[in-house]
Amino acid sequence: MISQLSWKIGGQQGEGVESTDRIFSTALNRLGYYLYGYRHFSSRIKGGHTNNKIRISTNPIRAISDDLDILVAFDQETIDLNAGELRPGGVVVADAKFSPVIPEGIQARLFAVPITAIAEELGTSLMKNMVASGASWALLGLPLEVFNKAVEEEFGRKGPAIVEKNVEAVKRGAEFVLEQAGGPLEEFKLEPADGTQKLFMIGNEAMGLGAIAAGCRLMSAYPITPASEIMEYLIKKLPKFGGTVVQTEDEIAAVTMAIGANYAGVRTMTASAGPGLSLMMEAIGLSGMTETPLVIVDTQRGGPSTGLPTKQEQSDINALIYGTHGEIPKVVVAPSTIEECFYDMVEGFNVAEEYQVPVIIATDLQLSLGKQSCEPLDIESVRINRGKLVTEELPQLEEHRMFKRYEFTEDGVSPRVLPGMKNGIHHVTGVEHDQEGRPSESSINRQKMMDKRMQKMDSIRVKDAVKVNAVDPSAEVLIVAMGSTGGTIEEARARLSKDGIAINHITVRQMHPFPSELIEPHLKAAKTVVVLENNATGQLANLIKQNVGYHDKIRNFLKYDGTPFLPSEVYKACKELN
Amino acid sequence: MATFKEFRNNIKPNWCPGCGDFSVQAAIQRAAANVGLEPEQLAVISGIGCSGRISGYINAYGLHGIHGRALPIAQGVKLANRELTVIASGGDGDGFAIGMGHTVHAIRRNLDVTYIVMDNQIYGLTKGQTSPRSAEGFKTKSTPEGSIESTLSPLEIALSAGATFVAQSFSSDLKQLTALIEEGIKHKGFSLINVFSPCVTFNKVNTYDWFKENIVNLEQFPEYDPSNRVAAMNKIMETHGMLTGLIYQDKVRKSYEDLAVGFKEQGLANQKLDLSREDFDKLLAEFK
Ligand SMILES: Cc1ncc(C[n+]2csc(CCOP(=O)(O)OP(=O)(O)O)c2C)c(N)n1
Ligand code: SF4
Ligand SMILES: [Mg+2]
Repeated sequence: MISQLSWKIGGQQGEGVESTDRIFSTALNRLGYYLYGYRHFSSRIKGGHTNNKIRISTNPIRAISDDLDILVAFDQETIDLNAGELRPGGVVVADAKFSPVIPEGIQARLFAVPITAIAEELGTSLMKNMVASGASWALLGLPLEVFNKAVEEEFGRKGPAIVEKNVEAVKRGAEFVLEQAGGPLEEFKLEPADGTQKLFMIGNEAMGLGAIAAGCRLMSAYPITPASEIMEYLIKKLPKFGGTVVQTEDEIAAVTMAIGANYAGVRTMTASAGPGLSLMMEAIGLSGMTETPLVIVDTQRGGPSTGLPTKQEQSDINALIYGTHGEIPKVVVAPSTIEECFYDMVEGFNVAEEYQVPVIIATDLQLSLGKQSCEPLDIESVRINRGKLVTEELPQLEEHRMFKRYEFTEDGVSPRVLPGMKNGIHHVTGVEHDQEGRPSESSINRQKMMDKRMQKMDSIRVKDAVKVNAVDPSAEVLIVAMGSTGGTIEEARARLSKDGIAINHITVRQMHPFPSELIEPHLKAAKTVVVLENNATGQLANLIKQNVGYHDKIRNFLKYDGTPFLPSEVYKACKELN
Repeated sequence: MATFKEFRNNIKPNWCPGCGDFSVQAAIQRAAANVGLEPEQLAVISGIGCSGRISGYINAYGLHGIHGRALPIAQGVKLANRELTVIASGGDGDGFAIGMGHTVHAIRRNLDVTYIVMDNQIYGLTKGQTSPRSAEGFKTKSTPEGSIESTLSPLEIALSAGATFVAQSFSSDLKQLTALIEEGIKHKGFSLINVFSPCVTFNKVNTYDWFKENIVNLEQFPEYDPSNRVAAMNKIMETHGMLTGLIYQDKVRKSYEDLAVGFKEQGLANQKLDLSREDFDKLLAEFK
């Protein structure tokens, strides 16, 4: 019996690849397996090759796999494009309709199932995905009832007749292939999972959930890949909690609307990807200058310009840190796991209010869209901290005085009142201003106000600003990374450790202000530092060089072809260094 | 109850003497008092321009944001706390050039915000360049040979975008302007009030006298029915947009706040934020 397996389904976009993957993985999740998904898709809605890959394991996994065990193909193109990934002895389940062939040189077993024919016989070719997934499920020897339950949930809304037909399609697919194969394939028999259902979601959903837990009740946003799922999730949920999502005319409206709503006292977020973030830059400066809390999610994708909108990249970091003219206090956090997507939203909203600054949560496409198992999320640990928000009645103001919204304080954070509050009237402006918010060009005031605002940067450290995954004093190589790559590195590290090679690994989560003091000891101890990132210029490596030093120890390990790092690539690179 | 004096602060406007914006400031202060507001119940959100400074000259909550974005900020404020009265304001460049996209969509969205544009047909703050409201042939620093682009008609655009309240007024007519702002505040939905507010320093063509000569007050047409959209469009076209008064009002269409599912009467900012264990578990159940 095996402890893990990779399954992939591919076809033309719009052909049911997504729904098949959904049902298949839901059923696996019910059985208690750990799952990690990867979507290959393009910006087209219909047509164009697309595939979804799921890695199934009895142990926690947080990375895509190097190879593939089972490929379900709706067309020959899927086989041609993906068969190379199959490990020797892998299996292809394909529609007999197109007379599938395995490319030369690839050792794989082919099961040609009359997928379309069976579906059409049952009434509609739309059900071919059910035939196909039934066939591949049966080959794994997994219980069909669990699968049927997932089918029922997917189609329940459409009535019992539809459910019944789909269940029949699954059964026919299963029967056909089992007869062909002479029963389930022994070599693909998975060890039973622990039977406890995990949470199974994409990073964008975890962030939406985190936002609700954080007390976010409004979102203003403009659709973009790979951020849209956040607004789509929140528009389904926020009305239940009195809030809503506004789809704005552009990202400038999205971010300024969020600023207005935060100013008026509701935790409000926006989310976008690179192109949208570029449009938001001026407004981020307004948030910093007026000390208005703001939370923005940037789901990084391939840039520049429209770039590779459906592909993995981590290339916005410079823009997020340095973007907006002038100098403002600002926080950039990059969650590295699905759980962190949830908790970082909570912390992001807290930090935004405690320090009265813009906070950018930067994910990457794989983290935002890769569907994966998630450890239980703990609502009890969620604390909402609104910082120096004044809620008690205020004393009457002296004549012609306003509330000192920008009062000079020890920590640079001033008391904040919300519109509507008696005796709290003050002015808010992006023009340099005095303690009451009145425009001021005085040089003394200017310097003090700049210092007041920038001073807030000194003390900001989010939880696990730098996450230490492995410290072994005997290791010579240290890998430093950010975002979704951590699971891949951990997997490579485990393989290297089997070869007797120890590697250290830290994840930088707080990108700005840079937690140099937390990184320095690790760099100091290492002989070689490999900074691994999905961009072409080594943005994280440069941040380290700029803030910490150790230029001669640092090596770049870059990948910017639109695909995530594979464990084998990291393994190989580290092996060569040792 | 607050009088208009309570909406004054002691900040001296940096506008040129004679600038039309002084009257707009006074009209907002009077209208706010007349409708029975207390200063803390009003939020004035303004853009960037000479006109944009207005939020700093009224004793109320005020936010002076970035160029062209007064409307999305104001809509954010209203979404967050619908118990507040929200006025957005700015110049013709702010609202009809850089912010035009927001203007059209704020009209469509129909949140209960009153938008007051100080339309001086020029860019005042940047010292005299052409605006989308400048007449063809209008000579400015940026159009030394005269503007060769057509003049934008915000009133027509507002009507075609589905506006529920469209009015126009003139700085010299404080009475009409105040009354229209009051109506705008009371209107349940988005209201656009375009105000001819002369720039005495950079616009030597569209002066107070020029407006007095050229505008038509709708009061002259007792039979005019502001609930008729076609008539409104005709009147705007007939008068080349030089009319003042309440041009159009749709009292039937509901505001965004009233249409949004789950939105309560109480301002969101005044509601509780925490999530119960039970609600959280329900949310989690969907991911199993
Ligand atoms: C993004 C941006 N671009 C340009 C400017 C410069 N700017 C400030 S106000 C203004 C135009 C002002 O004209 P208007 O909106 O009509 O206001 P007025 O001064 O006439 O009241 C311009 C171009 C700016 N502040 N921000
Ligand atoms: S420049 Fe024109 S618009 Fe600006 S304050 Fe002076 S008169 Fe008013
Ligand atoms: Mg102007």
